[in-house]
Amino acid sequence: MGLNENITTSHPRSRMSLRGYLQMYAVAARQAIIEQLQYPAANMMFMVHILIEPVIYLVVWSSVANSQGGAIGGYTAAQFAGYYIIWTLVRQFNLAIGPHGFHWRIKEGRLAAELLRPVHPLLPDLGYYLGYKVPQTLYWLPMGFLLWLLFKPEISPDPWQVLAFPVVLMLAFFVRFFFMWLLGLVCFWTERVDALFELYFAAELLFSGRLVPLEVMPAWAQNVANFLPFQWTFYFPIEVLLGRVSLAEFWPGVLIQLAWITGGYSLVRLIWKLAVKRFTAVGS
Amino acid sequence: MSSHSIVVKELRKTYKVPEREAGLKAAIKSLVARKTKDVHAVDGISFQIEPGEIVGFLGPNGAGKTTTLKMLSGLLYPTAGELSVAGHVPQKRQREFLQQITLVMGQRSQLNWDIPAIDSYDLYRAIYGIPQEQFKQARDEMIEIMQLKELVKKPVRNLSLGERMKAEMVGALLHQPNVLFLDEPTIGLDVTMQRRIRAFIQEYNQRYNATVLLTSHYMADVQALCKRVIVIHHGKLLFDGELTALVERFSAMKTLVLTMSDMNGKTPDMAKYGTVVTQEPNRVVLRVAKSDAPQVTARLLADLPVTDLTVDDPPIEEVIESVFDTPEEKP
Repeated sequence: MGLNENITTSHPRSRMSLRGYLQMYAVAARQAIIEQLQYPAANMMFMVHILIEPVIYLVVWSSVANSQGGAIGGYTAAQFAGYYIIWTLVRQFNLAIGPHGFHWRIKEGRLAAELLRPVHPLLPDLGYYLGYKVPQTLYWLPMGFLLWLLFKPEISPDPWQVLAFPVVLMLAFFVRFFFMWLLGLVCFWTERVDALFELYFAAELLFSGRLVPLEVMPAWAQNVANFLPFQWTFYFPIEVLLGRVSLAEFWPGVLIQLAWITGGYSLVRLIWKLAVKRFTAVGS
Repeated sequence: MSSHSIVVKELRKTYKVPEREAGLKAAIKSLVARKTKDVHAVDGISFQIEPGEIVGFLGPNGAGKTTTLKMLSGLLYPTAGELSVAGHVPQKRQREFLQQITLVMGQRSQLNWDIPAIDSYDLYRAIYGIPQEQFKQARDEMIEIMQLKELVKKPVRNLSLGERMKAEMVGALLHQPNVLFLDEPTIGLDVTMQRRIRAFIQEYNQRYNATVLLTSHYMADVQALCKRVIVIHHGKLLFDGELTALVERFSAMKTLVLTMSDMNGKTPDMAKYGTVVTQEPNRVVLRVAKSDAPQVTARLLADLPVTDLTVDDPPIEEVIESVFDTPEEKP
């Protein structure tokens, strides 16, 4: 059988419609769901791996709080439990392509293939990582429930904070997504990137509220955190669902998240141009 | 606008590569003064390819073939020279250009390994904005031609190399590009798979009048698909013309295959006619200089009870080898 004579060759289109973009995000998201649902055991293991980190923090800080008369930095042991249980959900949502993934992509020639396609590689990535949240949330549910039973958290949000949580959670993902991409772009210049990545992740651990709520950190660390994007990817959404963010603090927080998204996106656009220029000059 | 599908003028690509001698002293020295040298991967080549042509792009490893293909597809920026592919300047990487080309690299995978190929195809449809009906029709037909019906439903990591390559080819052509850059598309495949991929390329070329620039170390690919070949070596163009002309020009020898009637156990001295490749009681294969072939043929017919005699060119692999052995040759 031959190729059908009725098929006409595609006519090049100079622009993609909004519907086209939405379709592409939807298909990329679907791919992520298909991919992740294939590996339930591996994903559960990954979930356990992710849970170990906050559970250690939770046990340590609960003990410290109890030894300090029941609270530290305004957090009781039960509030610490709430903080780190929400942490596990936020962590699922702010997962994005890591710089090591980016490195693999360049090394394996995947990026070259992506550069030959008529859309920016960031866009299918965005759809993919949005879709990735669906199976990850499914895998998280039993773990979250188990942690809830074990640690009896104290979480008392107002209804508006419950409704606002998915919004700030999604914005947290976008902030982290663009900054992870930005970090990945370093791979265009050097393959020896491990030290830089470690430095970045150490800074994130310290200034994001990932290690400990920012109130528990010394004042200087809180001041430094104010100039960095990290707290808007962990601390802020956690605090919203904990019910510790007032309406007066909420809107500026959202605006700052939007500002970091805009800044991250603009930097990605700028560095991407330079990165592609370099890539096309020296090859992979 | 040029009517040629591909135009390459004085194309050059020079890489700066670090140069360092062995040893600790040299390593320390390189911290202060790093030495580099220029490597001319592509060194001023020019050619044109018409729409619908299938051209073999030949050369030994490191000749500059892949670098050229990367420049033609917009993945590499040329150091100098002019390029036009489907009326576009590749390095601008415009959307209209990218929609009209494809680059398949036999050793590189583009499909997502963890999901079935059919799901990856769906993403390609969305990325290229292919209308649903057109996509389904093209996809299903290509799947059928490649006999991938059940295989596209398996995760790509579970496919054999040959099956994966067939799936890659379908994915690379779903947007129906006009210009195909194929870099070793049959590498590592068994003969049957090679033949199927070749047939697919040929059919696609005929159906869409697509231009194909193909590199392959398998001469069977080149012989089956390419009337014209371009040969490069050390980044320079050695030959551009018909495959038959290449053989004619670079083959200094002819192969004579003789079948003789029974000689009553006598073994003639065949070495006086040329280089004996194989000798059996009634069959001899000789290699003679091309210029001597007519005289040697006449002598053999006169001296021996020849029942059959054929004069062939040597295998194309040998011809290509001889091209690379004579780098001083210019087109």
